[in-house]
Amino acid sequence: MAVLSVENLTHTYSVGTPFQKTAIRDVNLTITQGESICLLGHTGSGKSTFVQHLNALLQPTSGLVKIDGEDINKDKYTRRDIKRRVGLVFQYPEYQLFEETVAADIAYGPKNMKLPKDEIEDRVREAAGFTGVDVSLFDRSPLELSGGQKRRIAIAGVIAMRPEILILDEPTAGLDPAGSRTIMENIRAYREKSGATVMIVSHNMDDAARYAERLIVFSEGTVWMDGSPEKVFARTAELSEIGLDVPMAAELAEALRRRGIPLEGAIYTHEQLLNAVRRAGAVPAC
Amino acid sequence: MLKDITLGQYFPGNTVIHRLDPRTKLIFVLLYIIALFNAKGWAANGVMIAVTLLSMAISHISLKNIFKGLKPMMFIIALTALLNLFYTQGTPIREGWIITWEGIERSVKMMLRITLLITGTFLLTYTTSPMALTDGLERLMNPLKKLHVPVHEMTLMMSMALRFIPTLIEETDKIMSAQKARGADFETGNLIERAKALLPILVPLFVSAFRRADELAVAMESRCYHGGEGRTRLKQLHFTGIDFVALFLGLLLVAGIFVLKHYGL
Ligand SMILES: Nc1ncnc2c1ncn2[C@@H]1O[C@H](COP(=O)(O)OP(=O)(O)OP(=O)(O)O)[C@@H](O)[C@H]1O
Ligand SMILES: [Mg+2]
Repeated sequence: MAVLSVENLTHTYSVGTPFQKTAIRDVNLTITQGESICLLGHTGSGKSTFVQHLNALLQPTSGLVKIDGEDINKDKYTRRDIKRRVGLVFQYPEYQLFEETVAADIAYGPKNMKLPKDEIEDRVREAAGFTGVDVSLFDRSPLELSGGQKRRIAIAGVIAMRPEILILDEPTAGLDPAGSRTIMENIRAYREKSGATVMIVSHNMDDAARYAERLIVFSEGTVWMDGSPEKVFARTAELSEIGLDVPMAAELAEALRRRGIPLEGAIYTHEQLLNAVRRAGAVPAC
Repeated sequence: MLKDITLGQYFPGNTVIHRLDPRTKLIFVLLYIIALFNAKGWAANGVMIAVTLLSMAISHISLKNIFKGLKPMMFIIALTALLNLFYTQGTPIREGWIITWEGIERSVKMMLRITLLITGTFLLTYTTSPMALTDGLERLMNPLKKLHVPVHEMTLMMSMALRFIPTLIEETDKIMSAQKARGADFETGNLIERAKALLPILVPLFVSAFRRADELAVAMESRCYHGGEGRTRLKQLHFTGIDFVALFLGLLLVAGIFVLKHYGL
Protein backbone atom coordinates (compact mmCIF):
# COMPACT_ATOMS: atom_id res chain seq x y z
CA MET A 1 0.00 0.00 0.00
CA ALA A 2 0.95 3.59 -0.44
CA VAL A 3 3.95 4.92 1.39
CA LEU A 4 4.74 8.54 0.74
CA SER A 5 8.23 9.79 1.48
CA VAL A 6 9.59 13.28 1.31
CA GLU A 7 13.33 13.84 1.06
CA ASN A 8 15.13 17.14 1.60
CA LEU A 9 12.18 19.04 0.20
CA THR A 10 12.69 22.78 -0.30
CA HIS A 11 10.37 25.16 -2.10
CA THR A 12 11.08 28.75 -3.03
CA TYR A 13 8.41 30.98 -4.52
CA SER A 14 9.09 33.62 -7.20
CA VAL A 15 12.76 32.76 -7.62
CA GLY A 16 14.77 35.69 -8.94
CA THR A 17 12.32 38.47 -8.10
CA PRO A 18 12.26 40.81 -5.11
CA PHE A 19 9.38 38.66 -3.81
CA GLN A 20 11.53 35.54 -3.55
CA LYS A 21 10.51 33.52 -0.52
CA THR A 22 11.57 30.13 0.71
CA ALA A 23 8.36 28.71 2.14
CA ILE A 24 9.68 25.30 3.19
CA ARG A 25 13.23 24.11 3.59
CA ASP A 26 14.79 20.70 3.92
CA VAL A 27 11.74 18.72 4.99
CA ASN A 28 12.13 14.96 5.52
CA LEU A 29 9.11 12.82 6.33
CA THR A 30 7.59 9.41 5.71
CA ILE A 31 3.87 8.80 5.70
CA THR A 32 2.67 5.20 5.84
CA GLN A 33 -0.66 3.61 5.01
CA GLY A 34 -3.52 4.14 7.45
CA GLU A 35 -1.93 6.85 9.53
CA SER A 36 -3.99 9.66 10.97
CA ILE A 37 -1.89 12.78 10.88
CA CYS A 38 -2.44 16.36 11.87
CA LEU A 39 -0.19 19.03 10.41
CA LEU A 40 0.15 21.98 12.76
CA GLY A 41 1.93 25.30 12.53
CA HIS A 42 1.39 29.02 12.83
CA THR A 43 0.12 31.02 9.90
CA GLY A 44 2.67 31.23 7.09
CA SER A 45 4.74 28.30 8.35
CA GLY A 46 4.47 26.53 5.00
CA LYS A 47 1.76 23.94 5.62
CA SER A 48 -0.24 24.63 2.48
CA THR A 49 2.92 24.78 0.40
CA PHE A 50 4.03 21.44 1.80
CA VAL A 51 0.81 19.56 1.15
CA GLN A 52 0.64 20.78 -2.45
CA HIS A 53 3.88 18.92 -3.07
CA LEU A 54 2.36 15.63 -2.02
CA ASN A 55 0.21 15.36 -5.15
CA ALA A 56 2.61 17.16 -7.50
CA LEU A 57 0.64 20.39 -7.74
CA LEU A 58 3.85 22.17 -6.82
CA GLN A 59 7.22 20.90 -7.93
CA PRO A 60 10.09 20.95 -5.44
CA THR A 61 12.75 23.60 -5.89
CA SER A 62 15.03 20.87 -4.62
CA GLY A 63 14.42 17.49 -3.04
CA LEU A 64 12.15 14.57 -3.85
CA VAL A 65 8.67 13.30 -3.15
CA LYS A 66 8.24 9.56 -3.66
CA ILE A 67 5.30 7.21 -3.55
CA ASP A 68 6.28 3.58 -2.97
CA GLY A 69 9.82 4.54 -3.79
CA GLU A 70 9.00 6.14 -7.14
CA ASP A 71 9.49 9.84 -7.83
CA ILE A 72 6.04 11.39 -8.32
CA ASN A 73 7.47 14.12 -10.54
CA LYS A 74 9.15 11.71 -12.92
CA ASP A 75 7.01 12.66 -15.93
CA LYS A 76 3.58 14.03 -16.69
CA TYR A 77 1.93 10.63 -16.31
CA THR A 78 3.21 10.05 -12.81
CA ARG A 79 2.16 13.61 -12.00
CA ARG A 80 -1.35 12.83 -13.23
CA ASP A 81 -1.62 9.45 -11.52
CA ILE A 82 -0.50 10.76 -8.16
CA LYS A 83 -3.53 13.08 -8.09
CA ARG A 84 -5.78 10.02 -8.10
CA ARG A 85 -3.92 8.37 -5.26
CA VAL A 86 -3.44 11.47 -3.13
CA GLY A 87 -6.62 13.54 -2.79
CA LEU A 88 -6.17 17.12 -1.70
CA VAL A 89 -8.97 19.33 -0.40
CA PHE A 90 -7.89 22.96 -0.48
CA GLN A 91 -8.39 25.67 2.10
CA TYR A 92 -11.90 27.12 1.54
CA PRO A 93 -12.73 24.51 -1.11
CA GLU A 94 -16.25 25.85 -1.58
CA TYR A 95 -14.94 28.39 -4.08
CA GLN A 96 -14.07 25.66 -6.54
CA LEU A 97 -17.66 24.47 -7.06
CA PHE A 98 -18.85 25.16 -10.57
CA GLU A 99 -21.32 22.58 -11.86
CA GLU A 100 -25.02 23.15 -12.21
CA THR A 101 -25.97 20.51 -9.70
CA VAL A 102 -24.45 19.16 -6.53
CA ALA A 103 -24.31 15.62 -7.92
CA ALA A 104 -22.53 16.76 -11.07
CA ASP A 105 -19.96 18.65 -9.03
CA ILE A 106 -19.17 15.65 -6.85
CA ALA A 107 -18.92 13.57 -10.04
CA TYR A 108 -16.32 15.87 -11.63
CA GLY A 109 -13.29 14.03 -10.21
CA PRO A 110 -14.48 10.49 -11.03
CA LYS A 111 -15.49 11.71 -14.50
CA ASN A 112 -11.98 12.97 -15.09
CA MET A 113 -10.79 9.49 -14.16
CA LYS A 114 -12.93 8.22 -17.07
CA LEU A 115 -14.86 5.75 -14.92
CA PRO A 116 -18.03 4.09 -16.23
CA LYS A 117 -21.27 5.90 -15.55
CA ASP A 118 -22.77 3.58 -12.95
CA GLU A 119 -19.50 3.45 -11.06
CA ILE A 120 -19.51 7.26 -10.96
CA GLU A 121 -23.05 7.26 -9.60
CA ASP A 122 -22.08 4.77 -6.91
CA ARG A 123 -19.10 6.84 -5.87
CA VAL A 124 -21.11 10.08 -5.75
CA ARG A 125 -23.69 8.44 -3.53
CA GLU A 126 -21.02 6.94 -1.29
CA ALA A 127 -18.99 10.16 -0.99
CA ALA A 128 -22.13 12.16 -0.24
CA GLY A 129 -22.98 9.63 2.44
CA PHE A 130 -19.56 9.99 4.07
CA THR A 131 -19.77 13.77 4.22
CA GLY A 132 -23.44 14.00 5.19
CA VAL A 133 -24.69 15.58 1.97
CA ASP A 134 -28.35 14.63 1.73
CA VAL A 135 -29.62 13.03 -1.49
CA SER A 136 -32.36 15.66 -1.61
CA LEU A 137 -29.69 18.26 -2.39
CA PHE A 138 -28.35 16.41 -5.43
CA ASP A 139 -30.31 18.41 -7.99
CA ARG A 140 -29.83 21.80 -6.37
CA SER A 141 -27.24 24.31 -7.55
CA PRO A 142 -24.18 24.19 -5.27
CA LEU A 143 -23.97 27.99 -5.39
CA GLU A 144 -27.22 28.51 -3.52
CA LEU A 145 -26.35 26.38 -0.50
CA SER A 146 -24.90 27.44 2.84
CA GLY A 147 -21.16 27.67 3.44
CA GLY A 148 -21.11 24.50 5.53
CA GLN A 149 -23.03 22.52 2.93
CA LYS A 150 -20.74 23.76 0.15
CA ARG A 151 -17.73 22.65 2.18
CA ARG A 152 -19.16 19.12 2.51
CA ILE A 153 -19.83 18.95 -1.21
CA ALA A 154 -16.29 20.04 -2.01
CA ILE A 155 -14.88 17.38 0.34
CA ALA A 156 -17.19 14.79 -1.17
CA GLY A 157 -15.85 15.76 -4.59
CA VAL A 158 -12.39 14.60 -3.53
CA ILE A 159 -13.51 11.56 -1.54
CA ALA A 160 -15.41 10.37 -4.63
CA MET A 161 -12.04 9.76 -6.26
CA ARG A 162 -11.30 7.24 -3.46
CA PRO A 163 -7.79 8.47 -2.77
CA GLU A 164 -5.48 6.24 -0.76
CA ILE A 165 -4.24 9.32 1.01
CA LEU A 166 -6.68 12.10 1.81
CA ILE A 167 -5.29 15.50 2.71
CA LEU A 168 -7.50 18.31 3.93
CA ASP A 169 -6.18 21.85 4.30
CA GLU A 170 -8.02 23.39 7.23
CA PRO A 171 -11.31 21.64 6.56
CA THR A 172 -13.09 23.43 9.39
CA ALA A 173 -11.86 27.01 8.89
CA GLY A 174 -14.70 29.46 9.27
CA LEU A 175 -17.32 26.94 10.44
CA ASP A 176 -19.22 26.99 13.72
CA PRO A 177 -18.19 24.46 16.42
CA ALA A 178 -21.07 22.09 15.69
CA GLY A 179 -20.40 22.19 11.95
CA SER A 180 -16.69 21.63 12.52
CA ARG A 181 -17.31 18.68 14.78
CA THR A 182 -19.56 16.90 12.28
CA ILE A 183 -17.04 17.39 9.50
CA MET A 184 -14.24 16.04 11.67
CA GLU A 185 -16.41 13.06 12.71
CA ASN A 186 -17.25 12.42 9.06
CA ILE A 187 -13.59 12.40 8.13
CA ARG A 188 -12.83 10.04 10.97
CA ALA A 189 -15.62 7.70 9.86
CA TYR A 190 -14.30 7.81 6.31
CA ARG A 191 -10.85 6.82 7.47
CA GLU A 192 -12.10 3.94 9.60
CA LYS A 193 -14.26 2.54 6.79
CA SER A 194 -11.85 3.00 3.90
CA GLY A 195 -8.51 2.45 5.60
CA ALA A 196 -7.14 5.54 3.86
CA THR A 197 -4.39 7.64 5.28
CA VAL A 198 -5.75 10.98 6.43
CA MET A 199 -3.74 14.13 6.93
CA ILE A 200 -5.44 17.22 8.26
CA VAL A 201 -3.90 20.67 8.29
CA SER A 202 -5.24 22.56 11.25
CA HIS A 203 -4.81 25.41 13.69
CA ASN A 204 -7.11 23.79 16.15
CA MET A 205 -5.25 21.97 18.90
CA ASP A 206 -8.35 20.37 20.30
CA ASP A 207 -9.07 18.80 16.90
CA ALA A 208 -5.46 17.68 16.67
CA ALA A 209 -5.57 16.07 20.11
CA ARG A 210 -8.84 14.36 19.39
CA TYR A 211 -8.51 13.07 15.86
CA ALA A 212 -4.85 12.47 15.14
CA GLU A 213 -2.41 9.77 16.18
CA ARG A 214 0.60 11.61 14.85
CA LEU A 215 1.29 15.32 14.92
CA ILE A 216 3.70 17.09 12.61
CA VAL A 217 4.49 20.62 13.70
CA PHE A 218 5.85 23.12 11.19
CA SER A 219 7.64 26.27 12.16
CA GLU A 220 9.28 28.72 9.77
CA GLY A 221 9.11 26.20 6.94
CA THR A 222 10.81 23.30 8.70
CA VAL A 223 9.53 20.33 10.68
CA TRP A 224 9.83 21.47 14.24
CA MET A 225 8.48 18.28 15.77
CA ASP A 226 7.01 15.00 14.63
CA GLY A 227 5.48 12.60 17.12
CA SER A 228 2.52 11.40 19.12
CA PRO A 229 0.15 13.95 20.68
CA GLU A 230 1.49 13.07 24.14
CA LYS A 231 5.01 13.87 23.12
CA VAL A 232 4.14 17.09 21.35
CA PHE A 233 1.74 18.47 23.92
CA ALA A 234 4.19 17.80 26.71
CA ARG A 235 6.20 20.75 25.39
CA THR A 236 3.69 23.43 26.30
CA ALA A 237 6.13 26.28 26.74
CA GLU A 238 7.98 25.72 23.48
CA LEU A 239 4.72 25.37 21.58
CA SER A 240 3.58 28.77 22.70
CA GLU A 241 7.01 30.12 21.74
CA ILE A 242 6.41 29.16 18.10
CA GLY A 243 2.93 30.67 18.21
CA LEU A 244 0.82 27.63 19.01
CA ASP A 245 -1.52 26.72 21.85
CA VAL A 246 -1.94 23.46 23.66
CA PRO A 247 -5.38 21.84 23.83
CA MET A 248 -7.79 23.27 26.34
CA ALA A 249 -7.78 20.01 28.33
CA ALA A 250 -3.98 20.00 28.63
CA GLU A 251 -4.01 23.57 29.84
CA LEU A 252 -6.69 22.84 32.40
CA ALA A 253 -4.86 19.74 33.64
CA GLU A 254 -1.71 21.78 34.02
CA ALA A 255 -3.57 24.41 36.05
CA LEU A 256 -5.13 21.77 38.29
CA ARG A 257 -1.78 20.11 38.90
CA ARG A 258 -0.32 23.43 39.90
CA ARG A 259 -3.06 23.71 42.52
CA GLY A 260 -2.02 20.38 43.98
CA ILE A 261 -4.51 18.01 42.42
CA PRO A 262 -2.51 14.90 41.47
CA LEU A 263 -3.62 13.99 37.95
CA GLU A 264 -1.95 10.98 36.38
CA GLY A 265 -0.89 10.30 32.84
CA ALA A 266 -0.80 12.37 29.71
CA ILE A 267 -3.85 14.55 29.34
CA TYR A 268 -4.83 16.36 26.19
CA THR A 269 -8.42 15.38 25.43
CA HIS A 270 -11.56 16.13 27.43
CA GLU A 271 -12.12 12.42 28.07
CA GLN A 272 -8.65 11.90 29.48
CA LEU A 273 -9.08 14.92 31.75
CA LEU A 274 -12.44 13.71 33.01
CA ASN A 275 -11.09 10.23 33.76
CA ALA A 276 -7.99 11.56 35.47
CA VAL A 277 -10.05 13.86 37.67
CA ARG A 278 -12.34 10.96 38.59
CA ARG A 279 -9.35 8.77 39.43
CA ALA A 280 -7.82 11.47 41.56
CA GLY A 281 -11.11 11.59 43.45
CA ALA A 282 -10.98 15.34 43.44
CA VAL A 283 -14.56 16.28 42.92
CA PRO A 284 -14.74 20.04 43.08
CA ALA A 285 -16.73 21.24 46.03
CA CYS A 286 -18.92 24.06 44.94
CA MET B 1 2.80 29.42 -13.21
CA LEU B 2 0.52 32.31 -14.01
CA LYS B 3 2.01 34.29 -11.21
CA ASP B 4 5.33 34.50 -12.98
CA ILE B 5 3.88 36.85 -15.57
CA THR B 6 5.56 40.14 -14.82
CA LEU B 7 3.53 42.20 -17.26
CA GLY B 8 2.97 45.58 -15.67
CA GLN B 9 4.04 44.41 -12.25
CA TYR B 10 5.54 46.79 -9.73
CA PHE B 11 8.97 45.98 -8.29
CA PRO B 12 9.34 47.97 -5.08
CA GLY B 13 12.65 49.74 -4.66
CA ASN B 14 14.24 52.92 -3.46
CA THR B 15 16.23 54.22 -6.40
CA VAL B 16 16.10 57.74 -7.78
CA ILE B 17 13.73 56.58 -10.48
CA HIS B 18 11.43 54.95 -7.95
CA ARG B 19 11.30 58.21 -6.03
CA LEU B 20 10.50 60.45 -8.97
CA ASP B 21 7.04 61.99 -9.05
CA PRO B 22 4.76 59.73 -11.12
CA ARG B 23 3.84 62.72 -13.30
CA THR B 24 7.48 63.20 -14.16
CA LYS B 25 7.81 59.58 -15.16
CA LEU B 26 4.65 59.69 -17.27
CA ILE B 27 5.84 62.80 -19.11
CA PHE B 28 9.32 61.35 -19.48
CA VAL B 29 7.95 58.16 -21.03
CA LEU B 30 5.88 60.29 -23.39
CA LEU B 31 9.00 62.22 -24.42
CA TYR B 32 10.90 58.94 -24.72
CA ILE B 33 8.24 57.60 -27.10
CA ILE B 34 8.32 60.77 -29.20
CA ALA B 35 12.11 60.48 -29.39
CA LEU B 36 11.88 56.77 -30.22
CA PHE B 37 9.57 57.33 -33.18
CA ASN B 38 11.86 59.98 -34.55
CA ALA B 39 15.02 57.96 -34.19
CA LYS B 40 15.70 57.02 -37.80
CA GLY B 41 19.43 56.48 -38.16
CA TRP B 42 21.76 54.14 -36.36
CA ALA B 43 23.26 56.92 -34.24
CA ALA B 44 19.84 57.97 -32.96
CA ASN B 45 18.93 54.35 -32.24
CA GLY B 46 22.21 53.97 -30.40
CA VAL B 47 21.29 56.93 -28.21
CA MET B 48 17.90 55.38 -27.44
CA ILE B 49 19.50 52.07 -26.46
CA ALA B 50 21.97 53.88 -24.23
CA VAL B 51 19.22 55.87 -22.51
CA THR B 52 17.17 52.71 -21.95
CA LEU B 53 20.08 50.72 -20.54
CA LEU B 54 21.07 53.62 -18.32
CA SER B 55 17.52 53.90 -16.93
CA MET B 56 17.53 50.17 -16.27
CA ALA B 57 20.84 50.40 -14.45
CA ILE B 58 19.71 53.34 -12.33
CA SER B 59 16.44 51.67 -11.34
CA HIS B 60 18.11 48.28 -10.64
CA ILE B 61 15.81 46.46 -13.05
CA SER B 62 17.71 43.52 -14.49
CA LEU B 63 17.72 42.43 -18.11
CA LYS B 64 16.22 39.16 -16.96
CA ASN B 65 13.07 40.84 -15.71
CA ILE B 66 12.74 42.81 -18.92
CA PHE B 67 13.09 39.63 -20.99
CA LYS B 68 10.46 37.94 -18.88
CA GLY B 69 8.09 40.76 -19.64
CA LEU B 70 9.00 40.74 -23.33
CA LYS B 71 8.27 37.04 -23.71
CA PRO B 72 4.53 37.36 -24.39
CA MET B 73 5.33 40.01 -27.04
CA MET B 74 7.91 37.89 -28.86
CA PHE B 75 5.37 36.73 -31.43
CA ILE B 76 4.36 40.25 -32.43
CA ILE B 77 7.98 41.36 -32.61
CA ALA B 78 8.96 38.39 -34.76
CA LEU B 79 5.97 38.87 -37.06
CA THR B 80 6.73 42.56 -37.62
CA ALA B 81 10.34 41.71 -38.35
CA LEU B 82 9.37 39.03 -40.87
CA LEU B 83 6.88 41.27 -42.68
CA ASN B 84 9.45 44.03 -42.98
CA LEU B 85 12.04 41.57 -44.12
CA PHE B 86 10.00 40.32 -47.06
CA TYR B 87 8.01 43.38 -48.08
CA THR B 88 10.67 46.05 -48.42
CA GLN B 89 11.74 47.14 -51.89
CA GLY B 90 15.43 47.68 -52.65
CA THR B 91 18.54 45.89 -53.74
CA PRO B 92 18.31 42.11 -53.21
CA ILE B 93 21.12 40.61 -51.13
CA ARG B 94 21.57 38.16 -54.04
CA GLU B 95 20.32 38.15 -57.56
CA GLY B 96 16.73 36.91 -57.68
CA TRP B 97 16.10 36.89 -53.91
CA ILE B 98 13.23 38.82 -52.36
CA ILE B 99 15.18 39.66 -49.23
CA THR B 100 16.78 43.07 -49.63
CA TRP B 101 19.49 44.90 -47.74
CA GLU B 102 16.93 47.62 -46.97
CA GLY B 103 14.55 44.96 -45.71
CA ILE B 104 17.13 43.63 -43.26
CA GLU B 105 17.86 47.10 -41.96
CA ARG B 106 14.17 47.95 -41.64
CA SER B 107 13.31 44.76 -39.79
CA VAL B 108 16.20 45.14 -37.34
CA LYS B 109 15.18 48.73 -36.64
CA MET B 110 11.53 47.72 -36.25
CA MET B 111 12.40 45.01 -33.76
CA LEU B 112 14.57 47.45 -31.88
CA ARG B 113 11.84 50.07 -31.82
CA ILE B 114 9.15 47.74 -30.49
CA THR B 115 11.52 46.23 -27.93
CA LEU B 116 12.55 49.66 -26.69
CA LEU B 117 8.95 50.85 -26.62
CA ILE B 118 7.90 47.93 -24.46
CA THR B 119 10.99 48.18 -22.28
CA GLY B 120 10.38 51.89 -21.69
CA THR B 121 6.79 51.40 -20.60
CA PHE B 122 7.81 48.41 -18.47
CA LEU B 123 10.35 50.55 -16.70
CA LEU B 124 7.52 52.92 -15.84
CA THR B 125 5.27 50.24 -14.38
CA TYR B 126 8.15 48.37 -12.74
CA THR B 127 9.22 51.45 -10.80
CA THR B 128 5.87 53.09 -10.08
CA SER B 129 3.18 51.58 -7.88
CA PRO B 130 -0.22 51.36 -9.60
CA MET B 131 -1.63 53.81 -7.06
CA ALA B 132 1.00 56.43 -7.79
CA LEU B 133 0.58 55.86 -11.50
CA THR B 134 -3.15 56.50 -11.54
CA ASP B 135 -2.73 59.42 -9.15
CA GLY B 136 -0.24 60.98 -11.51
CA LEU B 137 -2.46 60.31 -14.49
CA GLU B 138 -5.43 61.92 -12.81
CA ARG B 139 -3.45 65.02 -11.96
CA LEU B 140 -2.07 65.29 -15.47
CA MET B 141 -5.52 64.97 -17.01
CA ASN B 142 -7.09 67.39 -14.52
CA PRO B 143 -7.59 70.12 -17.14
CA LEU B 144 -9.89 67.75 -19.04
CA LYS B 145 -12.34 67.93 -16.15
CA LYS B 146 -13.30 71.39 -17.42
CA LEU B 147 -14.52 69.65 -20.57
CA HIS B 148 -16.66 67.31 -18.42
CA VAL B 149 -14.43 64.34 -19.09
CA PRO B 150 -14.96 61.98 -16.11
CA VAL B 151 -11.24 61.88 -15.30
CA HIS B 152 -11.65 60.84 -11.67
CA GLU B 153 -14.00 57.99 -12.50
CA MET B 154 -11.74 56.78 -15.28
CA THR B 155 -8.61 56.75 -13.15
CA LEU B 156 -10.50 55.15 -10.27
CA MET B 157 -11.59 52.33 -12.55
CA MET B 158 -8.04 51.99 -13.76
CA SER B 159 -6.55 51.80 -10.31
CA MET B 160 -9.14 49.27 -9.24
CA ALA B 161 -8.44 47.15 -12.30
CA LEU B 162 -4.69 47.34 -11.61
CA ARG B 163 -5.27 46.58 -7.97
CA PHE B 164 -7.28 43.46 -8.72
CA ILE B 165 -5.21 41.95 -11.51
CA PRO B 166 -2.79 40.24 -9.10
CA THR B 167 -5.67 39.12 -6.92
CA LEU B 168 -7.47 37.59 -9.85
CA ILE B 169 -4.30 35.91 -11.08
CA GLU B 170 -3.72 34.47 -7.64
CA GLU B 171 -7.29 33.28 -7.52
CA THR B 172 -7.06 31.70 -10.97
CA ASP B 173 -3.95 29.87 -9.83
CA LYS B 174 -5.73 28.59 -6.76
CA ILE B 175 -8.83 27.44 -8.62
CA MET B 176 -6.69 25.78 -11.28
CA SER B 177 -4.77 23.89 -8.62
CA ALA B 178 -7.97 22.82 -6.92
CA GLN B 179 -9.45 21.51 -10.16
CA LYS B 180 -6.17 19.83 -11.11
CA ALA B 181 -6.32 18.06 -7.76
CA ARG B 182 -9.65 16.69 -8.95
CA GLY B 183 -8.04 15.37 -12.09
CA ALA B 184 -8.76 18.27 -14.46
CA ASP B 185 -6.55 18.27 -17.53
CA PHE B 186 -5.85 21.60 -19.22
CA GLU B 187 -3.01 20.47 -21.42
CA THR B 188 -4.25 17.69 -23.66
CA GLY B 189 -7.25 17.15 -25.94
CA ASN B 190 -8.59 18.94 -28.99
CA LEU B 191 -9.73 22.56 -29.09
CA ILE B 192 -13.30 21.87 -27.96
CA GLU B 193 -12.15 19.64 -25.13
CA ARG B 194 -9.71 22.28 -23.97
CA ALA B 195 -12.32 25.03 -24.12
CA LYS B 196 -14.62 22.82 -22.09
CA ALA B 197 -11.86 22.22 -19.56
CA LEU B 198 -11.78 25.96 -18.87
CA LEU B 199 -15.33 26.00 -17.58
CA PRO B 200 -14.40 24.68 -14.13
CA ILE B 201 -12.04 27.65 -13.81
CA LEU B 202 -14.15 30.39 -15.34
CA VAL B 203 -17.32 29.74 -13.40
CA PRO B 204 -15.76 29.99 -9.93
CA LEU B 205 -13.62 32.90 -11.10
CA PHE B 206 -16.60 34.93 -12.27
CA VAL B 207 -18.57 34.06 -9.17
CA SER B 208 -15.78 35.34 -6.97
CA ALA B 209 -15.10 38.41 -9.14
CA PHE B 210 -18.72 39.48 -8.79
CA ARG B 211 -18.64 38.79 -5.09
CA ARG B 212 -15.50 40.92 -4.75
CA ALA B 213 -17.00 43.76 -6.77
CA ASP B 214 -20.05 43.68 -4.54
CA GLU B 215 -17.99 43.70 -1.36
CA LEU B 216 -15.81 46.52 -2.66
CA ALA B 217 -18.82 48.66 -3.49
CA VAL B 218 -20.28 48.13 -0.04
CA ALA B 219 -16.93 48.85 1.61
CA MET B 220 -16.54 52.09 -0.36
CA GLU B 221 -20.06 53.20 0.33
CA SER B 222 -19.81 52.48 4.03
CA ARG B 223 -16.75 54.71 4.12
CA CYS B 224 -18.77 57.51 2.56
CA TYR B 225 -17.20 57.48 -0.87
CA HIS B 226 -19.22 59.78 -3.11
CA GLY B 227 -17.07 60.57 -6.10
CA GLY B 228 -14.03 62.75 -6.62
CA GLU B 229 -15.66 66.06 -5.70
CA GLY B 230 -13.77 67.68 -2.83
CA ARG B 231 -11.72 64.56 -2.16
CA THR B 232 -8.27 65.11 -0.65
CA ARG B 233 -5.30 62.77 -0.87
CA LEU B 234 -3.22 60.94 1.66
CA LYS B 235 -0.15 61.23 -0.53
CA GLN B 236 0.24 64.70 -2.04
CA LEU B 237 2.32 64.84 -5.18
CA HIS B 238 5.17 67.36 -5.17
CA PHE B 239 7.69 68.18 -7.85
CA THR B 240 11.21 68.38 -6.46
CA GLY B 241 14.61 69.18 -7.87
CA ILE B 242 15.25 65.75 -9.40
CA ASP B 243 11.90 65.92 -11.18
CA PHE B 244 12.97 69.08 -12.97
CA VAL B 245 16.30 67.50 -13.81
CA ALA B 246 14.57 64.43 -15.21
CA LEU B 247 12.16 66.49 -17.29
CA PHE B 248 15.01 68.60 -18.59
CA LEU B 249 16.89 65.44 -19.59
CA GLY B 250 13.77 64.17 -21.34
CA LEU B 251 13.45 67.36 -23.37
CA LEU B 252 17.15 67.23 -24.13
CA LEU B 253 16.72 63.68 -25.45
CA VAL B 254 13.91 64.72 -27.80
CA ALA B 255 15.88 67.75 -28.99
CA GLY B 256 18.99 65.64 -29.56
CA ILE B 257 17.08 63.02 -31.56
CA PHE B 258 15.55 65.73 -33.74
CA VAL B 259 18.96 67.20 -34.41
CA LEU B 260 20.26 63.76 -35.42
CA LYS B 261 17.21 63.29 -37.61
CA HIS B 262 17.89 66.60 -39.31
CA TYR B 263 21.35 65.42 -40.26
CA GLY B 264 19.98 62.03 -41.31
CA LEU B 265 21.97 60.11 -38.66
N1 LIG C 1 1.93 31.56 -4.36
C1 LIG C 1 2.82 32.12 -3.54
N2 LIG C 1 3.74 33.00 -4.00
C2 LIG C 1 4.65 33.54 -3.18
N3 LIG C 1 4.74 33.30 -1.89
C3 LIG C 1 3.84 32.45 -1.34
C4 LIG C 1 2.84 31.82 -2.15
N4 LIG C 1 2.09 31.01 -1.34
C5 LIG C 1 2.60 31.15 -0.12
N5 LIG C 1 3.66 32.00 -0.10
C6 LIG C 1 4.48 32.34 1.07
O1 LIG C 1 5.01 31.15 1.60
C7 LIG C 1 4.90 31.12 3.01
C8 LIG C 1 4.16 29.88 3.44
O2 LIG C 1 2.82 29.97 3.02
P1 LIG C 1 1.76 28.80 3.24
O3 LIG C 1 0.52 29.20 2.54
O4 LIG C 1 2.36 27.51 2.88
O5 LIG C 1 1.54 28.88 4.81
P2 LIG C 1 0.49 28.13 5.75
O6 LIG C 1 1.27 27.44 6.79
O7 LIG C 1 -0.43 27.31 4.93
O8 LIG C 1 -0.29 29.32 6.42
P3 LIG C 1 -1.84 29.43 6.84
O9 LIG C 1 -1.97 28.74 8.14
O10 LIG C 1 -2.06 30.89 6.97
O11 LIG C 1 -2.65 28.81 5.74
C9 LIG C 1 4.21 32.41 3.40
O12 LIG C 1 5.19 33.28 3.90
C10 LIG C 1 3.63 32.96 2.14
O13 LIG C 1 3.73 34.36 2.13
MG1 LIG D 1 -2.50 27.41 4.48
